[in-house]
This record gives sequence, structure tokens and C-alpha cells, in this order.
Amino acid sequence: MSKIKAENVNVYYGSKQALFDVSIDIAEKEVTALIGPSGCGKSTFLRCLNRMNDVIEICRVEGSIKMDNLELNSRKLDVVRLRENVGMVFQKPNPFPKTIYENVAYGPTIHGIAQSKEEMDQIVETSLKKAALWNEVKDRLDEIGTGLSGGQQQRLCIARAISVSPEVILMDEPCSALDPIATAQIEELIDDLKKEVTIVIVTHSMSQAARVSQKTGFFHLGKLIEFGPTDKIFKNPDNQQTQDYITGRFG
Amino acid sequence: MNSFKKNLLKKRYNAERRFQWYGKIAIGLALSFLAVFMFQIFSKGYSAFQKTWIVTEVHYDKELLLIDAESPSKDDLENADYYDVAYKAMTSLDPGLPEEEDRQLIQMVSYKYEAEVKDLLLKNPDYLGKIVPIKLTASDDVDQVHKGNYPRDIPEENRRVNDYQLQIYDMLNERGDILLEFNISFFTSPDSREAELAGIASSFMGTVFSILVCLAFSFPVAVLAAIYLEEFAPKNKFTDFIEVNINNLAAVPSIVFGLLGLGILLAVFNLPRSTPLVGGITLSLMTLPTIIIAARASLKAVPPSIREAALAMGASNMQTTMHHTVPLSMPGTLSGTIIGLAQALGETAPLILIGMVAFVNTIPGTPVDPAASLPVQIYIWSESAERGFVEKVSACIMVLLAFLILMNLAAQIVRHKFEKKWS
Repeated sequence: MSKIKAENVNVYYGSKQALFDVSIDIAEKEVTALIGPSGCGKSTFLRCLNRMNDVIEICRVEGSIKMDNLELNSRKLDVVRLRENVGMVFQKPNPFPKTIYENVAYGPTIHGIAQSKEEMDQIVETSLKKAALWNEVKDRLDEIGTGLSGGQQQRLCIARAISVSPEVILMDEPCSALDPIATAQIEELIDDLKKEVTIVIVTHSMSQAARVSQKTGFFHLGKLIEFGPTDKIFKNPDNQQTQDYITGRFG
Repeated sequence: MNSFKKNLLKKRYNAERRFQWYGKIAIGLALSFLAVFMFQIFSKGYSAFQKTWIVTEVHYDKELLLIDAESPSKDDLENADYYDVAYKAMTSLDPGLPEEEDRQLIQMVSYKYEAEVKDLLLKNPDYLGKIVPIKLTASDDVDQVHKGNYPRDIPEENRRVNDYQLQIYDMLNERGDILLEFNISFFTSPDSREAELAGIASSFMGTVFSILVCLAFSFPVAVLAAIYLEEFAPKNKFTDFIEVNINNLAAVPSIVFGLLGLGILLAVFNLPRSTPLVGGITLSLMTLPTIIIAARASLKAVPPSIREAALAMGASNMQTTMHHTVPLSMPGTLSGTIIGLAQALGETAPLILIGMVAFVNTIPGTPVDPAASLPVQIYIWSESAERGFVEKVSACIMVLLAFLILMNLAAQIVRHKFEKKWS
């Protein structure tokens, strides 16, 4: 079933066009990977899905992006509500310089999700458990989040993102700043999370896309070159450019 | 290596060595200026922290005090006549002196000696009827002679202390009846026309009130302006124009702000003249751009990743700013504020224009009482002719410098202790 349906999305940074007519169907409770060389527009597309491009003043988005028939690319849309439903994990772990507990509790607090202290404790615990971080931090929830290791910080960011039970989580190269062991932990986590949420992940690592995703989209120079089941993209792509990229002949 | 290359290498080394020497000479010059400046102030000023007393004996004679009651109450002591008792305390230093010459003795202590005689009895009512030793504040001339600041060898007609007074002084000094003690009254007394009585209490309190008023007006306005400009305002020609103007404002000579305070605060709003309230508001006009610039710089220094994290969690712009960006920028903003206030602390010109240069011999209790400020006090005293004020000027500069150093230290501590380290 389709969760997000993008049609003819064009993005401009000032006069420079960054995305050309991107149309894509993102399926519910699956992992969709977006791959492609640097500057190909995959992150730009990802940031359209939770309207993070609004922050960039010169950025202009055209076209239609629908999530469950709700038009995301509309002036009338309340981005706060949207971002409650669409969480995001960034390339560089960016926990708030606050305690681990406060990091996870921040979303539920501003969205009024927890009614009581007990409920909040419960949300924090569940989120940290889902992010596979609970056992490592349960005795030091009042320590500063930025004091954790890189991999732990990224899992804390994931816990923060899932604390408000979003329907979609966007991940922008979540493992590029991590070592292989931390990367493996995050990938395992992604596999678990997809039972409950739809995940869109941008990655530089083709092996990662192959390992974690069910669908893969290949971007090049702002165009979506090919989109399909991960198996097919990696084993038998239709397009010559895709073939060249995944076999490492360019990019 | 050929000789051309060797020469080139040698030239490069020499150039670097020369450059280092220029730098060292520059630093040496700057340090020696500072050392001369400090030496001047300290060598002239340290003696102001000491005060000369003349010890004599006072007889609290009931008859001379005109007290009739058998066991006088506090009021009786308060209303007694101390003139004769005090007068006798001084003239007893030289009983042989003819009556018409006694002014010479009275002049050796401050004009408040009668009050000092009274205070001692009010504090110790059981001295009534007894002969007790008393410390009287020496006049500034005797004070300066005792501290060695006044030359004794100039001709008598040009000297403020005549030969007879010097003779009495020497006699007292030999007896050990001239005391040099820590000058508490320098810190607790208001200004006075008499150098031996003048203190910095009124100007110190004036400065403290001015700085507090300045902080109360400039900090909220500056921080709000900085947050709006940095986090909310659209980036266009108009906001660029505002930014340029704020930067220009920081470079406007302070006397211009003084005229503004005079023209608007005093003339239009009729606020009370010569008060820390007006002084503080005028100074806040000056510190405003400094704080805005510091606050904007520290808001800018908060990594964008923190803003993105908050926005992606569904925080509104306002929540992102108030929950994350502003708290993280506070150490930088606060240290900028303290530095702005430290600048305001040393300002003289605008305060002179709004009338804080008036002679104030009361200690202000609120920001709407007339007061001077430390830099203005320096200015007032430096214009006074008496020798006793020379050391006071330097001492006042020392107090001001200590205040400044403390504030800059506070700024450093705030910055280093509370600044978050980004991993």
C-alpha cells in the first residue's frame, strides 16, 4: 500500500533547479532507500517529505506530494503536525545538549502526548528500548546526551524521533559518521522499526541500501533514474546508468 | 643547493626573525606604557587608603556641656552644647597659646571635630564627666604633611601649614599622638569639599544604581532585538539596513548619547536631573548596540543542527528559539552584556551632560536620588585645588579599575564555565 505519493516534484534553489520531475510511490511499513552520487538531489527530496526545506529561504518546491491523501506541499499545511507524524534522523548525530531523558521527552512534551510523569517515563523507556539503547543508558538518564559515543548518540536521536510515534521516519545518511559496529546496530534497528513505521533512508553505501531496503530509488543529477524493488535494482537494473553506478563505474 | 637558493633561504629566515622582533618590541612598548601608568596611579593613590588622626584628650565637663539633669537621657546628650568641650580639647594641646591665636590649633583638625567629639560621647555615655583620649580627623594639610606629600621647606608665607603648626605636629608625632590608620571613611563617606572628609560612597552607589538601571533597560530590549533579527526577521534589504545602523550606533561618540539624554529624558519627559535613573537610561542607549551585536553573534554560533533537530521534532519556530537556541546562546550574550556594562561603567561625558556632575554630599538610597558616579568623581576631584584631592583621584581610579577588572573577570568566567562544548 502506498504511504507517500510524489508526483512531478521540482525543487529550485534560487534559479538553480535541484530536482526534475521526481515521481515516486513510497510503500507503507517498508524501507525505501534513495541512492546516488553526491549532489544528486536525494537529500533534497527527503527534506521535501517533512518540509525541512522551508528553513532554506531560497528554496522553492513545486509539484504534489501526498501522504495518505493529505497534500504536503501546500501553504495551508501545519508543518508542526506534519513533523509530529514524520520524524527525521540526520547525518550527524545531533542530540540536544540536555539530559538523555530530556532528549527523548522533548517531542512528547511539546506535542502534549504524555498526561503524567509516569506516562512520560513509560514513553521514554519504550522509545529507548525500541532504539536498542535502554540497557546502555537506563542508569544514567540524567547525563548529558552529547556525552554518549557517536553510535549511542545516533540511537538516541532515533529514540527521540520515535518518541512521538510517527508514521514515517526519514533518515539522511544516518550511519555516515559511525563505525561499522555502530552501523550494524542501526541497520538492525531499522529492520525492527519497519514493522511499525515507514522508513525512507538516504545512503551513500550501496551495500547498506541492499541490506536494509525493500525498494530502492537511484537519483542522478536531480532526476530519479530508476525506482523498483531492491533486488531488481541491484541484480538486474533496467537502466545503463544505474548499472554503471552500482557496479562502481562512476559516482 | 646553489647560491641563489641559499640566499633566498637566508633572506626568508632573516625576514621572519625581524618580524618576530617587531612584534616583541611592540608588546614591550605596550607593557611598559601600562607599567608606567599603573605605577603612577598606585604610587600616588595608595596613601589615600590611609587616614591621619590627631589624638588629644577631651574632658566631658557637664557644666561646659550645659547638661543640668542628674542622669542625662540620650536626648540630653544629643542636645548638649559641645562647642566649648571640643574647643578645649584642641587648645589643651598648647595651654600657653594666647586666645587670639587658637585658630591655628583648630585648623589642624577637620571642621567636623565638634561632631566627632559629640559622637564619641553618644556612643559611650559613661564618659560623661571624665577625661578621655579622643581621635580627631586631621585636616588635609596635616594629613599631607604626615604622609610626606607636602614639602616642609618652602617659605612660610607660601605654605598652608605654618611654622607653629609644624612645631605642634612634630611634638604630637614624637609623643605618638599622630596615628595613620586604614581610611574607612573613604569608602563610607559621600563627597565633601574638605579632602580629609571626602569619600566615594555617593559616587560608588551612583555607579551601582546607574549600571543596574542600564542593565534593566538595555538587556531585555537588546536580547529581544537580537533574537528577532537573527531568528525571525526575513533577510532582505531592510533588515540589512537595520543591521548596518546598529553597527554604526556602536561607534557613535558617547557625548552624543548624553545630549540625547539631556534633550529627551530631561527636557521632554522631565525625569529628575542628576539621578542614576537618567544616567542609566542614557548609558543603556550606548550598551544596546554592544549587547545586540554580542547576542546575535552567539545566536549565530549555535550549530544549525540543533535548530534542525528541534524543528524536525515538530517544534515551532518560537519553541525552537526559546527552548534551544536562546538558552544555548546565553553564555555568550551574558559575557557580551557584562563587557557592554563595563564600557558604560567608565563613561563620563554623557553623565556630565545629564547633570551627574553635581556636588552630592549625600549617599543615594534609590536610583532617583541625585548622585555622582566614579568616573565623574574622578573628574570632579581632579579639578580641585587642594593637595589632598590628588591622592583621592588616584585612589578613585584604583577603585574604578578594580570594579572593571572584576566585571571582565565575571565575563570570562561566564563564558568559559557555561559555554556548551559541541561534540
